[in-house]
Amino acid sequence: MIEVTNVEKSFGDAHILKGISTTFEKGKTSLVIGQSGSGKTVFLKCLLGLFTPESGTISYDGKIYSQLSDDEKRNLRAKMGMVFQGSALFDSMTIAENVMFPLRMFTKQSKSEMEDRVNFVLNRVNLTDAHHKMPSEASGGMQKRVAIARAIVNKPMYLFCDEPNSGLDPKTAIVIDNLIQEITDEYNITTVINSHDMNSVMEIGEKIVFLKDGYKAWEGSKETIFKTDNEVVTDFVYSSELFKKVRKMYIEENE
Amino acid sequence: MQYLHNIGTYFLMIAEMFRKPTKWSVMRTLILKDIDDLIIGSLGIVAFISFFVGGVVTIQTALNISNPLIPKYLVGFATRQSVILEFAPTFISIIMAGKVGSFITSSIGTMRVTEQIDALEVMGINALNYLVFPKFIALMLYPFVISIAMFLGVIGGMAACVYGGFSTLEDYITGVQTDFIPFHIVYAFIKTIVFAFLLATIPSFYGFYMKGGALEVGKASTTSFVWTSVMIILLNYILTQMLLS
Repeated sequence: MIEVTNVEKSFGDAHILKGISTTFEKGKTSLVIGQSGSGKTVFLKCLLGLFTPESGTISYDGKIYSQLSDDEKRNLRAKMGMVFQGSALFDSMTIAENVMFPLRMFTKQSKSEMEDRVNFVLNRVNLTDAHHKMPSEASGGMQKRVAIARAIVNKPMYLFCDEPNSGLDPKTAIVIDNLIQEITDEYNITTVINSHDMNSVMEIGEKIVFLKDGYKAWEGSKETIFKTDNEVVTDFVYSSELFKKVRKMYIEENE
Repeated sequence: MQYLHNIGTYFLMIAEMFRKPTKWSVMRTLILKDIDDLIIGSLGIVAFISFFVGGVVTIQTALNISNPLIPKYLVGFATRQSVILEFAPTFISIIMAGKVGSFITSSIGTMRVTEQIDALEVMGINALNYLVFPKFIALMLYPFVISIAMFLGVIGGMAACVYGGFSTLEDYITGVQTDFIPFHIVYAFIKTIVFAFLLATIPSFYGFYMKGGALEVGKASTTSFVWTSVMIILLNYILTQMLLS
């Protein structure tokens, strides 16, 4: 479980995160949503320890990150998996080498053990014959799946995804969303996803945190987001005609 | 103020580069890859430039010696001194600042832009040790490149001298052997090691701490070339003053 308490972050005069508090539970897929520039990526980078908040605390299963020693922070980070927006695969390595990388860095497994594990996770993300391809030879959807495989190969306790289905077609995006959801359930990990894709919200949003201009404007689930009267949320969620119709149908069905 | 900040960050980067070392089995692969990219991959251009620059130095020296009292073997002597003291260590290093330096800045900068460095840091890896340290170790073989440059410079001078008809082979070889001071080789290699350190660290600094996108990668490569060259020229002067005067 990740507990965030009153986190503030600024860059120069720009006050990006303004007192955010929330909790991300183990075994659940949580989404942080909001418009571009709302502070989602900065928030995620604070969770990852890439940015240090000016005030407030972030604790991982009771351990406050800022109070850990450098070695403890390093060990904690080794338990985190991250899927970056652009996949961030190492372009000098093949797909199999990318996935094997965390194992080579942090375990003492033999080569055959590592290869078995790589084969297992690549099968898990439905990539059975891409081992020897370079990342540049893979499609966007494949790269995302490789990034997920790399993130889970070392059995992480926390999985973070920054806009995992940006740039993907709707069908592939749903496949990626479902894959993340399945992995979260299967490994019982704490998953936090940054997104502004409402399809993702409806697919996997067990918990949703809505950010607006650096504030936490709303918190709920995919079931409650349709019922909320919070104008800030409804302005964002029902900005498209499709979702206006979906909401109307939902209300009619439930009356 | 920004310059002071950059200088401070540069020295902190160097200190951080030696901390939290990467697993040796991984580091060994990285070092071998960087030796291939930075050292072996530079041999062709270095050999080509050294050979022809040696030839040009010889021709210009020969053409400027019009006094019949000056012995012909001086052409070989002047070529050896110019090549060993300046052309091989300094001139080649400035060319390497363009070739190797741009490669280092753009490859690390692209990793920054595509979040690959963030991916390393999220995994708990010391990205500076992982990326910069192998380049630093690989470039410790840079004196090997410069020795080849020295040798080919003198050979190029010999070819130009003999085939250009400026003096005989015997005169040239006599000149090359005349008044040889072994410390000049030591001086040249001390400079080379210092330049190798600059070639590994300044381009890495500009790549690692760059911000922005593809355009900024190009700008960072240019800036890194300019500052690596400036520092090579400056330290060349300081080391020459310290070691030879």
